[in-house]
Amino acid sequence: MKLKVKAKASGGVVKVKMLVKHQMETGRRKDKKGALIPALHLTEIMAEYQGSTVFSTEVGPGVSKDPFLAFYFKGAAGESLKISAIDTAGETGVVDVTIK
Amino acid sequence: MKFSRRKFFTTIGKGAACLAVLSSLPSVVWAKWNDSAFNATDLSAAIDAKYPGMAIEDSEKVSLKAPAIAENGAVVPVSVKSDLDNISSISLFVVKNPSPLISTFNLSKHSVADVSIRIRMGTTSEVIALVEADGKLYRATSTVKVTIGGCGG
Repeated sequence: MKLKVKAKASGGVVKVKMLVKHQMETGRRKDKKGALIPALHLTEIMAEYQGSTVFSTEVGPGVSKDPFLAFYFKGAAGESLKISAIDTAGETGVVDVTIK
Repeated sequence: MKFSRRKFFTTIGKGAACLAVLSSLPSVVWAKWNDSAFNATDLSAAIDAKYPGMAIEDSEKVSLKAPAIAENGAVVPVSVKSDLDNISSISLFVVKNPSPLISTFNLSKHSVADVSIRIRMGTTSEVIALVEADGKLYRATSTVKVTIGGCGG
């Protein structure tokens, strides 16, 4: 799973913008033969900063393909931020970024 | 649900791979995904499963930003902001989607109540943001007109 994360601090608040490359299959679409394509979507995205979870998201199939997410938390530049994501198949993606 | 032999083994394999990954990353603790709330097919059932027995009131302190008209229902940018204190979570619902609960943002004391996400909308519908603060729910509603649905099928 590919995660793209940008984190920028200004005035004690860090803005995080992130993109996950994921098909976010809803389980409602049908293939050419008319059979349902099984659901395969992200379930959770988590942000860890200085050892604690500062933000977490539970997402369902109602989130767009290749999900984009933006959020803010209180933090400082130069520190590292860990973002992790998991989907319904249990596949995970983790990325560490340095806050700019 | 029927499983073929091949699918059964690939699922087991993926599960094992997942366990291997998880055991190598002991610091990541996944919360339990709220299955019943995400699978609920109507709004009140979804809200009940997510926030059982909580009172809801409309509030001007919750601001929900969504386009008035979305050309493509597959990608609708939505953002929620709030000035309320002690916010523990924010949830987004699309009333007419097959499963109305879109996502829940769990905030910590370090968070700032300002989130943006791109969502799918099957048809023209109301979008509802619920903000949980001090054991109460605060609501903001906005209607988005969708010209092409994004839920497939």
